[in-house]
Amino acid sequence: MDIAPLWLSLQLAFVTTMLLIFLGAPLAWWLSQSRSRWQPIVQAIVAMPIVLPPTVLGFYLLIVLGPEGAIGSWWVRLTGDTLTFSFVGLVIASCVYSLPFAVQPMQNAFESLSRSQLEAAWTLGASKLDAFFSVIVPLSLRGFISAIVLAFAHTLGEFGVVLMIGGNIPGESRVVSIAIYEHVETLNFAAAHRLSLVLILFAFVILLGMFLINRRWQSR
Amino acid sequence: MNHIELHYSLQKGDFKLEVDTRIPAVGITGVFGESGSGKTTLLRCIAGLEVPTNGDLRPVHQRRIGYVFQESQLFPHLTVQKNLEYGRRRNPDARRSIAEFASILEVDRLLDRSVSDLSGGEAQRVCIARVLCQEPQLILMDEPLSALDTRRRSNMLPYLDRLHAETSVPIVYVSHNIDEICRLSDHLVLLDNGKVVAEGCLQETLARIDLPQLSGENAGAVLEAKQSRYDAEFDLSLFEFPGGELWVPGRQDTTIARLRISAGDISLSRTSAESSTILNILPAVIEETVAETASTQLVRVRLGASFLVARITRRSLHELKLQVGDNVFAQIKSVTVRY
Repeated sequence: MDIAPLWLSLQLAFVTTMLLIFLGAPLAWWLSQSRSRWQPIVQAIVAMPIVLPPTVLGFYLLIVLGPEGAIGSWWVRLTGDTLTFSFVGLVIASCVYSLPFAVQPMQNAFESLSRSQLEAAWTLGASKLDAFFSVIVPLSLRGFISAIVLAFAHTLGEFGVVLMIGGNIPGESRVVSIAIYEHVETLNFAAAHRLSLVLILFAFVILLGMFLINRRWQSR
Repeated sequence: MNHIELHYSLQKGDFKLEVDTRIPAVGITGVFGESGSGKTTLLRCIAGLEVPTNGDLRPVHQRRIGYVFQESQLFPHLTVQKNLEYGRRRNPDARRSIAEFASILEVDRLLDRSVSDLSGGEAQRVCIARVLCQEPQLILMDEPLSALDTRRRSNMLPYLDRLHAETSVPIVYVSHNIDEICRLSDHLVLLDNGKVVAEGCLQETLARIDLPQLSGENAGAVLEAKQSRYDAEFDLSLFEFPGGELWVPGRQDTTIARLRISAGDISLSRTSAESSTILNILPAVIEETVAETASTQLVRVRLGASFLVARITRRSLHELKLQVGDNVFAQIKSVTVRY
């Protein structure tokens, strides 16, 4: 079987998920606590990838990340390589594309925490950072797990954005969804079936796992 | 005696808190006031949870001030034991053992339990123990019994007495329940609309009749008394206080007690009614009288070193021509014993 695209997709999903949890958690916290008038605006921007066609996202990412773009030209000067059609470029694009799927579950979890519990932690001598890790994170664990599962699964299924900025370079940007597309285009249905079935199975197992965990926690 | 200075001013919408006072650094200071008078806001300023325009600006976690919230704020992801350790681990100067504090509040048998298995009263006891374990310099309690039903509330009070007796940490206790305040506090701060309207030792402050906050149901005095005798034949206990003696029905299993006598339970007469059914008739001197409503008058009388507050009709005042300095007899219909 065509193992290389599968492996690349898993790597991409893993790196993207890690980044999204670490960068997304502070953003989700801010969104859950802020009463600033910017909050709804930031909230809307974060949610945009849910409604925008991936081609639109991919198009603008191509411009920004391209060798002439704001980030792309800086990257070329820094490393000598272009961001588009590279793994790093895919990671950046995936982070934008999957951002709402990581931020929203965390934000929901933070919003359901009682403020007094946090205040209790502070009065017990915990600094804000300490209270975040010793109280907020453990009490929002379900939100974190949902965020991890959704961001991972969503990145794994990414197609349009990759097509726009990553193309189809084996080992660099030929992820599993692109590989399936190519197999279908070249009428190699058997290979397309094999990869598709792996993805279907994977999606089912991961979602089932998440719902089972949620159910066990609810009954506790 | 050491004092704790309280200087806070804070504007929150239409509400303005303006507190400028000091409280003793020992015992329990009760903060009493209607809801909306700023009691909780004052506590939150002391703890650092509100940032006042002046006053202490240190961050909350550096203050070493324990806070007991209205509803138990235990961490559900930790066991009782881990909850007790939470504040303690964050205070490098903590010396006494967790077991010591756990036994004061009798939570030693709950240590392995999960927080979700505790009853309301147990959870609040663990909360208080958790604050003690942190070994704070001051403990703030914001109506800690208000989330409990009447029975659980009275079960909790002995624990608060023990806390008072066995630790030396000063406590600021907020409540809108005058009975809780009478029972627990040594010192009283009366708050109204964000300002301190009266402040002082509990007995003296409660005996004031010039404060609208202490009229109506809240009018009444507290006596610090000692049980001297029990009359088994009639099932009556005799209590001595500086200025007289009082008979209280039933056997009271306490030696020292606080006796609360509501203003409505006292009547005054010029002569001692020898054949009255009222047990407690005590000679007193009128100290002050203030009109309470259009029909009633509050009268403060002195018995030796103690004070009582009586509510009489203005008509009686007029007909008996009662005046400051007159000798009268206070007839006490009932006494509430608060241990």
